[in-house]
Amino acid sequence: MKKIDVKLISGRSIEQGIHIENKMSSGYFDVAAVCELNEKDMSKLGIRDDANVMIKSKFGQVVVRARTNNRNPPGIAFVPMGPWANAIIDPSTGGCGTPQFKGVEVEVTLTFDSISPIKELVGFI
Amino acid sequence: MIITDVLCPFCGDLCDDIIVEVEGNKIIEVKEACETGVSKMMGHERIAAPMIRENGKLRETTYEEAITKAAEILTNSLRPLMYGWGSTTCEADKKGIELAEEIGAIIDNTTSVCHAPSVLAIQNVGLPSCTLGQIKNRADLIIYWGSNQAEAHPRHMSKYTSFTKGFFTKEGRKGKHVIVFDVRKTTTAEVADDFVQIIPGDDYRVLSALRVILAGAGDVVPSSVGGVPKEKLIEIVDRMKSSRFGVLFFGMGLTQSRGKPYNVANAISLVRELNAHTKFAVMPMRGHFNVTGFNQVCAWSTGFAFAVDFARGKPWYNPGETSTVDVLNRGECDSALIVASDPAAHFPRKSVEHLAKIPLIQIDPCPNLTTELADIVLPAAIAGIEVEGTAYRMDGVPLRLRKLIEPVHLSDEEILSRILSKVREIRGD
Amino acid sequence: MELLITNGIVYDPINQISGEKVDILVKDGKIVSGVKNPKTIDAGGRIVMPGGVDMHTHIAGGKMNVGRMLRPEDGRRCIESRKKLTRACTGYSVPNTFATGYRYAKMGYTTTFEPAMPPLLARHTHEEFRDIPIVDKGGIPLLDNHWLIMEYVKSGDMDKLTAFIAWMMNATKGYGIKIVNAGGGEAWGWGKNVRNLDDIVPNFDITPAEIIHGLAEANERLNLPHSIHIHCNNLGHPGNYDTTLATFDLVKDVTSHNRQVMHATHIQYHSYGGSTWADMHSKADAIASYVNSHDHVTVDPGQVMFGDTTTMTADGPMEYELHMMSKRKWTNKDVELETGSGIIPIFYSRKVSVNSIQWAIGLELALLIKSPWKTAITTDHPNGAPFTRYPEIISLLMSKKRREEVLKGVHSAINKRAIISSIDRELNWADIAIMTRASPAKILGLDKHGKGHLGIGADADIAIYDISPEEDDPRKIQSALSHAKYTIKGGEIVVKDGEIVAVPEGRTYWVNPEFDGEATKAMLEDLAVKFKEYYSVSLANYPVQDAYVPHPVEIKTRCKNAS
Repeated sequence: MKKIDVKLISGRSIEQGIHIENKMSSGYFDVAAVCELNEKDMSKLGIRDDANVMIKSKFGQVVVRARTNNRNPPGIAFVPMGPWANAIIDPSTGGCGTPQFKGVEVEVTLTFDSISPIKELVGFI
Repeated sequence: MIITDVLCPFCGDLCDDIIVEVEGNKIIEVKEACETGVSKMMGHERIAAPMIRENGKLRETTYEEAITKAAEILTNSLRPLMYGWGSTTCEADKKGIELAEEIGAIIDNTTSVCHAPSVLAIQNVGLPSCTLGQIKNRADLIIYWGSNQAEAHPRHMSKYTSFTKGFFTKEGRKGKHVIVFDVRKTTTAEVADDFVQIIPGDDYRVLSALRVILAGAGDVVPSSVGGVPKEKLIEIVDRMKSSRFGVLFFGMGLTQSRGKPYNVANAISLVRELNAHTKFAVMPMRGHFNVTGFNQVCAWSTGFAFAVDFARGKPWYNPGETSTVDVLNRGECDSALIVASDPAAHFPRKSVEHLAKIPLIQIDPCPNLTTELADIVLPAAIAGIEVEGTAYRMDGVPLRLRKLIEPVHLSDEEILSRILSKVREIRGD
Repeated sequence: MELLITNGIVYDPINQISGEKVDILVKDGKIVSGVKNPKTIDAGGRIVMPGGVDMHTHIAGGKMNVGRMLRPEDGRRCIESRKKLTRACTGYSVPNTFATGYRYAKMGYTTTFEPAMPPLLARHTHEEFRDIPIVDKGGIPLLDNHWLIMEYVKSGDMDKLTAFIAWMMNATKGYGIKIVNAGGGEAWGWGKNVRNLDDIVPNFDITPAEIIHGLAEANERLNLPHSIHIHCNNLGHPGNYDTTLATFDLVKDVTSHNRQVMHATHIQYHSYGGSTWADMHSKADAIASYVNSHDHVTVDPGQVMFGDTTTMTADGPMEYELHMMSKRKWTNKDVELETGSGIIPIFYSRKVSVNSIQWAIGLELALLIKSPWKTAITTDHPNGAPFTRYPEIISLLMSKKRREEVLKGVHSAINKRAIISSIDRELNWADIAIMTRASPAKILGLDKHGKGHLGIGADADIAIYDISPEEDDPRKIQSALSHAKYTIKGGEIVVKDGEIVAVPEGRTYWVNPEFDGEATKAMLEDLAVKFKEYYSVSLANYPVQDAYVPHPVEIKTRCKNAS
C-alpha cells in the first residue's frame, strides 16, 4: 500500500464554522471529516478526490475523505479542527495548557474502510 | 420587525452592525453578517428539554430535577472541573466563577486550548497593542501570522484592516501592504501582497531571524530560515521599519504549533523592538465572540485570566497544571460542568476519554458531541440572540449583546444561579 | 437602622469640628439630629472621622485588568481565602475587585474615584465597579485626546465642545473631565509625543495649552462639580517642574463657582528639577510655593513608597520610555480616536537615588503646602504604591522621627537633591482628616452631595479608629489606620475590629449636565460622521446602558452662558 509521511495541520475552515453549532448534522460530517492534500501527495498515494484515507499518528488513527487542495504545499495534511483531527493529535500540552494541534507527524494511506462516524470518535457510545 | 446595530455572537470580531428581521419570535433574515454569523443567527437544531442519562440513555425531565441532580454531583465531587464559557455572557461567567469558588472547583475557559500560550507569553513580555479602530485609521502595514481570518473571522479584513478606509488610510487597500505568514497558502494569503510560506514548526526560527536582522546582526542569519530566503526576510524588516503604523495579528498557527508560548513571546518581542523605529502593534486573533470576556471577568474577580483552581479555597493559577486538558489527561477531576462549549469535539481524544468516565453536566443551547457524553443536559437560551448581556471583543472593547427574540429556555446565568442556590441548600448554608 | 456613636473624638473639618467629643446620630443611611431607638457604639475616646475619600485611584477597568493579566506574580501576593461573607482576595498592586473593596473599607475608606476611564471602554470600568463591594465609586473619562474635542477646541466652537462633553458624561456615566498628557495620546498613535505646552499635536494643528485651556473653560460652563483633573505633560522627566508651573498658570484666567479650576494629580512626578537623571532634584518647594500663593489649583502628591508595584497610565509614551529604561515587560493599549495606556512593573528602591528623591518629593509636597485643603493623600494607586500603604504614609507625615528612621536607609543623594530632611512639620489629626476626607470630597465637589463630612444630611459614612488623638507612636498610628475599629457605610456597619461584617453594594456617582440647544444637534451630526467613518463600533452601541450602573447617583448641573 502506498503511504506518505506528512505533517498534520488542524484549523478553522469557513464550512466547519458554518456547521460548528450543528455538529450532529450530515453537513458537519461532510466538511469536517476531510483531509486536504496537495495534488502531488494525492498522486503519490495514487488517489483522487473523495477517496477515503487512513491517517495514523502515535496517538491514534482515523478515516476521512481525501480532497485536493493545492494551497497546501506537499508534506502537509490539513484536517479541519474537530473530532476527526483530534483523534490523532498530540494531547500533551508541554506545560502550557494547549495541546499541539498543528504539526503532528502522521502517515496517510488509502483505505477502503468507511469514514469514522462521529459518535465512534468520542468512542463511548 | 427590523433590528439594527445587532451584535453577532459568533467570532471574536463581535461585529455590531448586523441587521436582523424578526417575525413572530423567529429570525427570518440576517443582513451584513458573514456566512458563519448568518448560519448561527438563523438557528440550528436545539436541545428540546432538560435531560438525565439513565441506563445509558438520555431521558427528558424538568429543570428542577436536572438542576438538583447537577448540584448533587458538584457537591459530592472532590475535584470538580468547570469548563467552557466561550459563547456566553460575562454575566454567566460571573455566576460560574462564584459557583467555582463556592464548590472549590477548577474553572477554565476555551482560552486553555487556543491562546493559553499567548497569555503565558504576555505574562513574560507584555503586549503592545491597540483597539481595532486604531488599526483601521492608521495601519499601512498589516501582517497576519498563522491566522486564517478569511475563514475564521470572515469580516476582519473588510471591517478593520486591509479593505477598509480610515482617517489616515483614506486610500484604503491601495495604501496598505498586507503580508501573510503561514505554512499553507490560505484564502487569507490569496488576498495578501506577500505570502511567506514557512516550514511547519519553524515559526520561532523565522521570528528570531527577523529580530536578528532588525537588531543589525543580519550577517549571522543563514541564507534561508524556515524555508524563507534571507533576502525576503531583509526586505520584510525594511518594510516593517519604514511603515508608519504596522500591526501583527497572530493566531493558532503560532499558539498550537511547535514552540507554542515561545513563538508568541518571540512575535511580541519583535513588535516591541519595532517600536524603536516606528509605531507597531500586536494582537491575538481571539476565536469565540466572548472568549475574551471570560478572561476579563476571571481576571478582575480572581486575579487570573483562566485555569484557576479553587480547591484550596483561594485562587491557585498554574497553567499546565490547572488547565483543563492537563487536568483531564491526568484523569484528575471527578466531575465536570461544561458551559457553552463542546470539548468532546475539540479536545484531544485522550482528554475526552476521561470526560466520558466522570459525571458530566452540560449547559448548552445545541446538541453536540459533548451531549453524547453528558449525564445531565441543561438546555440554555442563546446569548446574544435570546439573552442580552456583555461580551468583550478580541481587542477588549466591551459591548452589550442584544436580545432579539424571546427564549424558550433559561439563560446560562439563570441556570448557574439555580445550581448555586441548590448547592447552598444541600450544604445547609 | 439607627445608630448613636458616642464618646468619640470627632474630626469633621468641613463642619469645623476638630477633635471634640460630639455624638453622631445615624438614621436611614444619613447623619441626623435625632434618633429614637438606636444601637449605640461607644467609641471610648477613639478618633471618629467621616469615611475616607480617595480621589485618584486606578481600581477598575481595562488598564487595571490588563495589569492583573500581565502580572500573575503580583496576583499571587496577599492571597486570602473565601470566607462566609467575603470572596477570595488576590494581589498587592493589582488586587482583584473584591480585595479592592474590602481593603478600602478596612482602612475606613468609603468613596473611591477611578480617574482614567477610556470612554470606549467605560462599560468595562462600570462592570468592575459593580464587583468592587462596599465603597461608592465614580469614573472620570479621559477626554483631552479625543479627535472631536481637539477639533472643537481648534475651531473655537465652545458651544459644540460643551455639548459634546455633556453627551460624553451621559454616554460614559462619567463624573468629570480627565486630561492626561494633553495631545500626547494622539501623538503616541504614531509613536511620537508632545513634551511642551506649545508643541503641535501631529495632524491636529493644536497645542496641549489650547486643549487644556479649552477644556477648563468648558468644564466651568457646564458647572461640573469637579474641576478639570489633569495629569500634566512631561511626566517623570528631570526639569519638568517648569511645564507643571506653566500648566497651572494656563488656567489662571478661568473663573469657577467657589472651587479650584484645575486639580493637578500625582504632582510628585511633575516636580523634578535638573536636566538628566544624574542631576534630577526636588522642586517640591517651587510647586508648593505656587500652590500656596494661588487658589485656582489643587494638587495630590502621588506618593512613591519603596517596593514593587505596577505603573499604569493613559500616558502611553511615558510608559514606553520606562520600558526602554528598565526593559521590563511592557503593555500598551491605544484606544481609537480617544486615548491610550501603558503598563509596566516597577521596583522603587531605597538604594536608587532617583527613587529615594521621588519618595522625598511626595512627602515634601504634602508638608510644604500650607493648607491641607489644597491637597489630598494619594499614591496614584498603584503607580507610586498600592493604596494599602496610606496608613504608613500618614505615619510619616505625622512623625519627623519616623521620617528620620527611613532617611537613614535611603540613597545619600537625598541629602543634596531633596529637601525632606530640613522639614520639621508634623501633620496633626485635623490635617489628616482634611487630606483624607474633607479636602478630596471638596475638590471632587462631593461635599455638597453628602461626602467628606458628618453634618446633618450627610451620608453616614464613618470611620472609627482604635487610637486616641494623644497617641503619637507612628507605628500605632499606622496600625490603627490599617484596621478600622468600625467602618460604617451608608449607616451600615461594614467593618468591626478590622474585619468585614457586611458587604453592601456601593453606588456610582455620575454627572448629567443639562445642555440643550442648536449646538447639540450640530455636534451630534459631527459625531455621527466620526462613528460612521472612524470608530470600529456603532454609535447605537457606544453609550453605557443603565444596566451597568445599578446604583446610580445622578448629579444634575445646569450650564451657564449657553448661547
